[in-house]
Amino acid sequence: MSDMMDDMEGGEGVVKKFMFVNRKAPHGTIYALEGLEVVLVSAAFDQDVSMVFADDGVYELIKGMNTKGIEVKDFSKTYRALDGYDIEKLYVEKASMDARGLTEADLIVDVTVLDSAEMANLMAEQDVVVSY
Amino acid sequence: MLHIVNKSATERNSLESCLRMASKGSAVLLIEDAVYAVTQGGVAAAQIQAAMADLQIYALGPDLDARGMSARVLDGVKVVDYGGFVDLVAETNVCQSWL
Repeated sequence: MSDMMDDMEGGEGVVKKFMFVNRKAPHGTIYALEGLEVVLVSAAFDQDVSMVFADDGVYELIKGMNTKGIEVKDFSKTYRALDGYDIEKLYVEKASMDARGLTEADLIVDVTVLDSAEMANLMAEQDVVVSY
Repeated sequence: MLHIVNKSATERNSLESCLRMASKGSAVLLIEDAVYAVTQGGVAAAQIQAAMADLQIYALGPDLDARGMSARVLDGVKVVDYGGFVDLVAETNVCQSWL
């Protein structure tokens, strides 16, 4: 029974490398928020989780959002809570930031900036890749 | 004529098509994810600046605020609120939404 519980809780179960790839701007579509919700769910399973922000996905991490005027939830602050769920591997593609005139200083959380080749390597070593 | 674009210029070609087919003197209003196009340093900024010679470029303020982009708006772009949006629609005879 205890073995089964361990498996269910992932305690001694298999830990896989999960990557969640975020490529959509926030608010305009539901992808960014849904992707974040799934990442939070994944935290319950004690897996090795990485989040990648590329293309318009880098806009999800911009500081200073104020969503009052469009009457939707500002979920950008939730990214700050990710380390409380042991999700600390956040990666941003440099080319995506450059194309949008953004730097790390514009982002609401600490991230690791990777060039495209480094991103390719990181992606290739995953067990599961989920894209939003 | 009023053109309305709501898609990110770095994800879809709606803005590019709009700017190509908009006639001189027309107004172009950017809303939702399209507002990123009028921010400094982005790849669409040059397109917007070139387009301002012939077109009036507007962006919806609440959408800029929601995306943390209000302080980055290019010079010459007119930021409007929802009332301004209504005025633009009311002032024009034809409206094209580039979905």
